[in-house]
Amino acid sequence: MTDQLYQDRIVALAKAKTGAGKLTAPTKSARRDNPLCGDRVIIDVRLDDGGKIAEIAHQVRGCLLCQASASALASVAVGRNAAGIEKVRLDAERAIGREEGEAGEPFAAFAPVRSHKSRHECVLLPFEALKEALS
Amino acid sequence: MSFDVSAVRRQFPILSQIIDGQPVHYLDNGASAQTPDAVLDAVRVYETTSRANVLRGVHRLAERATEAYENARVEVATFLGVDPMEVVFTGGCTAAINLVAYSYGSLLRAGDRIILSELEHHSNIVPWQLLRQRSGIEIDVVPVTVNGRIDLNALPRLLTPRTKLISLAHVSNVTGTLVDVHAVVTLARTVGAKVMLDGAQRAPHGPLDLPAMGIDFYAFAGHKAYGPNGIGVLWAKAELLEAMPPFHGGGSMIGRVTFAETTWAPPPRRFEAGTPPIGPAIGLGAACKWMRGLDWKEAHAHEMALVERLMDGLQKIDGTALFGPGSTQNRYPVLSFLLDGVHPHDVAQTLDSFGVAVRAGHHCCQPLMDRFDLDGTTRVSIAPYNDNTDIDALLTGVQHAARTLR
Repeated sequence: MTDQLYQDRIVALAKAKTGAGKLTAPTKSARRDNPLCGDRVIIDVRLDDGGKIAEIAHQVRGCLLCQASASALASVAVGRNAAGIEKVRLDAERAIGREEGEAGEPFAAFAPVRSHKSRHECVLLPFEALKEALS
Repeated sequence: MSFDVSAVRRQFPILSQIIDGQPVHYLDNGASAQTPDAVLDAVRVYETTSRANVLRGVHRLAERATEAYENARVEVATFLGVDPMEVVFTGGCTAAINLVAYSYGSLLRAGDRIILSELEHHSNIVPWQLLRQRSGIEIDVVPVTVNGRIDLNALPRLLTPRTKLISLAHVSNVTGTLVDVHAVVTLARTVGAKVMLDGAQRAPHGPLDLPAMGIDFYAFAGHKAYGPNGIGVLWAKAELLEAMPPFHGGGSMIGRVTFAETTWAPPPRRFEAGTPPIGPAIGLGAACKWMRGLDWKEAHAHEMALVERLMDGLQKIDGTALFGPGSTQNRYPVLSFLLDGVHPHDVAQTLDSFGVAVRAGHHCCQPLMDRFDLDGTTRVSIAPYNDNTDIDALLTGVQHAARTLR
C-alpha cells in the first residue's frame, strides 16, 4: 500500500454518524449534489431566534470522506451561525491544504486527504449544503 | 497456441513503469485504454516527418499529411468492414452521437419518436434530449432487466409508426452486457426505424462487420480503443450521410461559399469542418491496424478468463455482489460490483493504494443507478494486456477495503 488516506480517525468520524438522520421540524433544509461523483448531502437545521444552529441533521449518500465530514461538522455546528460555520470550514480547508494555517479539531483529522485533490470536494460537500441551508 | 499476454504487455510502455514502488495494474480500460508502441510511433512519425494541414496544401508535407490522414480512414474502415467514404472522423464518441442527433435529428419532425434504453451512457441520452428541446421529438426508454441487460421483450410495445431511430449501447459501460443486435434490427425494421449503436465499449475488443449487423449508425472513441484521445468515429450508411445536413460549418466541409448561398461537400468531408485532429486520426488508424493484428478469438478468451477469475475471487469476499450478469455469456470484459457497507469511491481509492486503477461512481449512467437505487458501482474493465496479477492485486485490495472500511 502506498498511503494511508483512510486513517483510523477519519473512519471513526464516519462510523460515529454524529447528526445522521432527519429533523422532524427543520427551520431550513438544503440538498447539494456533486455531479462528478454522484455524492449527495441533505442537511436539516433548526435555528434559534438569534439565527444560531440549535439542531442539525444530515443524510449523506456518499463516500466515507463525505460521511466523516458531515459527522465532524454536525459535532461542532450547534451554537454557531453562518459566520461561525465559515470558521469551521476554514479548518476543513486548512486540513486539506486549500488554505494556509493549522487546522483545528475535529477537521485536523482530514490532513491525509490533502494529496488527493479529486477527493477534496467530498470533504467540502456538507459545508456547501449547510451554507445553502443557512442562506 | 495460447494467448501470449506478456508479448502484448511489452508493446505498452506505460505498463512497465513502477509508481511508488508498485507495478501498474490498469483495470480502467473502459474509461481510457492504454496505447501501444505502434500507435505512439505512428503519431510520432507524422509529427516529425509529415506534420502539416490536410487537403488544401500543395507542398510535400501537406501531401504526406493528407495521405496519412486518408490512410487512417481506410484503416478504420477496414476494421469496421465498411467503405472509407462512410467513415467520419469526429472529436470522440460523444461528438459522433451529437453529430447524429443534430444532423440526422434535423430530418425528424415534432412527434417523431426515438428509443433509448435505461442503461445508456449520458452521451446517448443528453444529445437526444437537446434534440427533443429543439424539435419536439419524443423519447421512449427500454427498461433493463435485473441482470443489467436491455429488456428486448419490452421493445415491441414501444415501437410505433413514428419511431424513427433506436439508439443503444452495443456493450454496456457498466455491466458489460452485449445487446442482441439482430433482434433489435429485426424489430426496428418492422416500423422502418434506423438503428444506431454506441460502440465505445465494444470497439476495443476486436474488428467488426457493421454491414452484416444490419445497423445504420455506429460510433466509437479512439482513446478507449488504444488510440489517442481527441478522436472518434461515426460510421453511417452512405445514403444516410448523403441525406444529412452538416453539423458544424467551416473550412473543408463546403462545396462553394458565397454570401448568398453555400453548398456542402459530399460526405465524409461534409461532417469534418475545420482542421481535423490529424495526428489523433493517424494514431487511431494505427490502433485499428494493431487490433486487427491480434487473434481476437484468443484475446477474447483471455479477457473472459480474467473475468471468471475476478468473479470467482469476488464471491469469496464477504459482502460483495455483482451488478450485472454472473456469467461470461453474451458480455464483454466490463464488470461492476458492490461491496456492502463501503462506498464505491472508497473501494476505488483503496485499490489505488494497491496500485490498481478502476473506476467508481455512476459511470455517466445516472438513470441506471436510479433504477436500482444505487449510489454507484466499482467497475473493472479489462483489456488484452491485463493478466492474472492485475486481478489478484485487485482482489487483495477489495479484501483490505472489506476488512478496514466497515
